[in-house]
Amino acid sequence: MIAEAGLAALWLAAALALLQLGLGALALRGHAALGPAVRPVAVVQGALVALAFALLILVFLRSDMSVALVVENSHSAKPWLYKFAGTWGNHEGSMLMWVTILGLGGAAVALLERRLDQRTAIATLAAQAAIGLGFYAFLLFASNPFARISPAPADGHGLNPLLQDPGLAFHPPTLYLGYVGLSIAFSYAVGALITGQVGPTLARAMRPWVLGAWILLTLGITAGSYWAYYELGWGGWWFWDPVENASLMPWLAATALLHSVTVLATRAALRAWTVMLAVVAFSMSMIGTFLVRSGILTSVHAFAVDPRRGSFILVLLAIYIGGALALFALRASSVREGAPFEPVSREGALVINNLLFSAILGIVLTGTLYPLAVETMTGEKLSVGAPYFDATAGPLALALVVVMAAGPLLRWRRDELKALAVRLAIPAAVAIVAIAVVFLLLPVAGVLPRLGLIFAAGIAIASVAPLAGRNLRRTPLHIWGMVIAHFGIAVSLAGMASESAFTRETLVAARPGETLAVGPWSVRFVGVEPVAGPNWTAIRAKLEARRGDTLLTLAPEARMFNAPPTETTESAIATRPTGQLYTVLGKSDGDGRWQLRLWWKPMVTLIWAGGALVAIGGALALLGRLRRERRREAM
Amino acid sequence: MKPKNQRLALLLLAVVAVLGAALLAMSGLRQQASYFYAPSDVVRDKLPVGREVRLGGMVVKGSLRHARDGVTIDFRVTDGMKTVPVRFRGIAPDLFREGSGVVAEGTFQSDGRFVADNLLAKHDERYMPPQLAGAMHKTGKVR
Repeated sequence: MIAEAGLAALWLAAALALLQLGLGALALRGHAALGPAVRPVAVVQGALVALAFALLILVFLRSDMSVALVVENSHSAKPWLYKFAGTWGNHEGSMLMWVTILGLGGAAVALLERRLDQRTAIATLAAQAAIGLGFYAFLLFASNPFARISPAPADGHGLNPLLQDPGLAFHPPTLYLGYVGLSIAFSYAVGALITGQVGPTLARAMRPWVLGAWILLTLGITAGSYWAYYELGWGGWWFWDPVENASLMPWLAATALLHSVTVLATRAALRAWTVMLAVVAFSMSMIGTFLVRSGILTSVHAFAVDPRRGSFILVLLAIYIGGALALFALRASSVREGAPFEPVSREGALVINNLLFSAILGIVLTGTLYPLAVETMTGEKLSVGAPYFDATAGPLALALVVVMAAGPLLRWRRDELKALAVRLAIPAAVAIVAIAVVFLLLPVAGVLPRLGLIFAAGIAIASVAPLAGRNLRRTPLHIWGMVIAHFGIAVSLAGMASESAFTRETLVAARPGETLAVGPWSVRFVGVEPVAGPNWTAIRAKLEARRGDTLLTLAPEARMFNAPPTETTESAIATRPTGQLYTVLGKSDGDGRWQLRLWWKPMVTLIWAGGALVAIGGALALLGRLRRERRREAM
Repeated sequence: MKPKNQRLALLLLAVVAVLGAALLAMSGLRQQASYFYAPSDVVRDKLPVGREVRLGGMVVKGSLRHARDGVTIDFRVTDGMKTVPVRFRGIAPDLFREGSGVVAEGTFQSDGRFVADNLLAKHDERYMPPQLAGAMHKTGKVR
């Protein structure tokens, strides 16, 4: 019964989305009396789709083996956390989560939006319903999560062991909230284009949603990077894998949008451009979903290879992106000219920021889609990897952090280059000291890591410079947010550069009792023992790492899962204030020796600490903006 | 500057930036895009010595040899028509085994040997790398 109730709720939600779109369209075409009905419909639609998702979770928790999806992706012996998170560890469940967030986003807009005029708000909700309809159709016609199977088998096939990780409970929901948060920015942009109300009010209404989505994307990417780092056991933190790019591209667009929305809100400039970016940002979310879910890429994220589903998403993509761009082309002339501004000013720097972000986005998009396009057209197979992205996006990213250092030190409207030079003197001096240090102490490191360390030192100082001369207790929260987020970028950059410049590696086959050296550590291989978990067995190695008086114990494992039968390596990582010791247990040679791979990675944790700081900065900015709005409303 | 002119200037700047990015991307792709090779491509084409490429196929049964250091392996990769010798130093992925599919990332040496710095193994029946599936189709060796 639960599965049928879920399916019914899903159909009802889809019908309400259609109603929401129809009511909205009629209200805008002169039947203004219908307008007030749109918001309640959006709220009920969100509630119904949330109910459908909750029922699917319940089906998974109860291990109902008469539901095909549970049989294919779950197993009754799984720990409850993975039954719960396994709900979205598959194609159908993750698409249901996607529309649930879409529906809840629409409901949130309906409940919270008070700034926009009535017509634009209705057009926004109609646009959100139009997006929802496509994905409802996709679920109901091509990927029904509630389909029954008869006769019901005794037990399920289990979940891919790589996904049996606590990260599965947080990583997909976080990223999806970010992806789908951008749908709200998209709907606002479309709504404002329809009614011709593109201006500072739109920017202020859109900004909290963009900020929220951006914070979650930042967290999702940071967490995904750490997950790949410890779970894959390869010691790398970013692989330029198409799946990673699929999450990076919306982030790049959202970061550009975040900055241009500020220009629109403060200076009423960059009107058409901001609307365009909002369209691009959600388009990137959809392209990301298409890449990840269609099965044209091979990865832990590609759940099922069914070409029909891929084509379905591709058609949806074409309709939404094409439709929004056509609307833009038709209505762009109705968007009023933005206010003019001087090239040397805060808004000038933000324009350069936007151009650089767009260029990097273009490069990543090209590198991700090019192999697919070539294969489709010529059948030739090629892969684009780290060498391409490092060589093309790397220099642009370094240019971007220079603009990031200078931009916040410029005044709005108009400023002088000389004044900027004075304000940048101290950061530049620090960078020059860093140049001396880096070139004297690191004769062997590559060019990019060296530049990274130098830039990190300079921008770390420059990012806190906007606080100079301010009364810190009276500094608005959103300024603190900007400073912390920019400082986080410097921290992250330092971690990346340090990781690639200073990492030490040891790879050997060792007998129990042997002592190995990696960087400043001496590591004794004590021995191996068999261990068992709820649904796996493993060989666990015991390592004792010593450095001076510090003694650490590490226990990397090679695991064997029962259902489906799969081996995985579980790395053991010891975190010290100065870096991480990363150990992986390989295979036995059958003669008493075990493969061991040891890395000493100085300061590597800064990469993710920086990402967390960026997100915290975003959260502070969001809080500050919301508080300020409330105060303005109260007055 | 008049607003009209400024809009035009901004537009030009954006066009220049996009074109620049596209040119950069294209030149990068020409230099860096690594091609996917099946063993029979290797024998037919000129060897791309020293360039990062991918080699895909099945690990020949009985070809796996462990070197004395315990972390280097030698094996042969086939697509059903030709085979290529491969050397890899590191911890082979869990699903790497004889008779199973593999994609090796690395470089060809002038003697025809492939030195891999990374191995990607087929995860399970549901996770056949599409590139490998394609290479197998080409030679009609799909199971």
